[in-house]
Amino acid sequence: MTVSVTPLPMFDAALNACGAFPLRAAGIDTLQVNVGKKCNQACGHCHVDAGPHRTEEMTRETAETVIDILRRHPQIGTLDITGGAPELNPSFRFLVMEARALGRRVIDRCNLTVLSVPGQETLTDFLAENGVEVTASLPYYLADRTDAQRGQGVFGQSLDGLHQLNDLGYGKPDSGLLLNLVYNPTGAFLPPPQADIENEYRRELAKRHGIVFNHLYTITNMPIARFRHFLERTGNYERYTQKLAAAFNPAAAESVMCRSLISVSYDGLLYDCDFNQMLEMPLESGRPRRIQDFDYEQLSARRITSGDHCLGCTAGSGSSCGGATT
Amino acid sequence: MADYYNDEDLTRFAEMGRARPDLMEKFFGYYLATLEEGALTKREKALIGLAVAHAIQCPYCIDSFSQSCLETGSNLEQMTEAIHVASGVRGGATLIHGLQALHAVDKVSM
Repeated sequence: MTVSVTPLPMFDAALNACGAFPLRAAGIDTLQVNVGKKCNQACGHCHVDAGPHRTEEMTRETAETVIDILRRHPQIGTLDITGGAPELNPSFRFLVMEARALGRRVIDRCNLTVLSVPGQETLTDFLAENGVEVTASLPYYLADRTDAQRGQGVFGQSLDGLHQLNDLGYGKPDSGLLLNLVYNPTGAFLPPPQADIENEYRRELAKRHGIVFNHLYTITNMPIARFRHFLERTGNYERYTQKLAAAFNPAAAESVMCRSLISVSYDGLLYDCDFNQMLEMPLESGRPRRIQDFDYEQLSARRITSGDHCLGCTAGSGSSCGGATT
Repeated sequence: MADYYNDEDLTRFAEMGRARPDLMEKFFGYYLATLEEGALTKREKALIGLAVAHAIQCPYCIDSFSQSCLETGSNLEQMTEAIHVASGVRGGATLIHGLQALHAVDKVSM
């Protein structure tokens, strides 16, 4: 029997159809720095292909350049540190302390289990003392789905990390210590409405484990890297990408995070986002591409380099490092 | 035709409008309206759809509503409970019809 396959609509074509092409930056309020690919976990959906075997990490010299950029550009209010497990980079604490000394909001994208890694005994205290906003991965409030994606036993270790953070005041009213959780689908499907699943997490985590948090962000899995391998291995790739395309939301396209963020790789190169960084899709030709050449005006006016993976950020309610965008 | 059921056919549902697009348009308008948020949430409606899909044993509907359940926030435990409700209703319907057999037997018995 002949199988009819619907061609995947291109992201740019979808943008064009709603008058949003080409996508352009609208300033830079966040410097998102990927300090390396080393991680104590190897999650099945990781777009970084991070794991314990990875050795790429940002040098102190590059980290100092990051701080210099923040110092020279007060309009960049947020330093968003990711990885890998960013806390394993020797310059992580330097970045945090220097950025906080400059009065910047600092986000640590934390996998939670790193808080229990030998040698990191002082990490939670350090985060609290520096007022770091912790955005932590917890793809579901039950063990089976979390462990299926992130590894056997990860859910239990994640609860340990959450208890450590709660004990210091994270996630509690008026503590000033923000603890945000990240839901991402544990398979080839889109996230549920963010407000609904946030309410369910809040109720279930409190009831089952006495855990509190501030916000829950839903993030759509990008069909790249390790998650793409999963999709291809299980025969879900075409269907998933078609699902993303069919769910294209023009309002989400207007508010994609790359329009207000610049991404820095461990080796000091600039990208539109962490996904483009992993796909090694460079910035628009003619714009500064190295952190040493950072030029706010030039970068703020850049055209975003896009690919069909961008459909992941524009499907349904939209997706970003800060959750749904519409 | 090698297979009576083909999962790619799920994405070709609209092709049923080839001969009478007007009827298909009316159907889709109604069908999509039934799934909109109303007195019931989309999540509740997806669970109802999943249960009915199993009761009528439609593989396309089971595939589609399983995804809808996940994407409206249900987990496998909740979905399984919905399927058990369908099973319970079907089983109960079978057994309650046993009274028809009892009546039939009583009618012809001395």
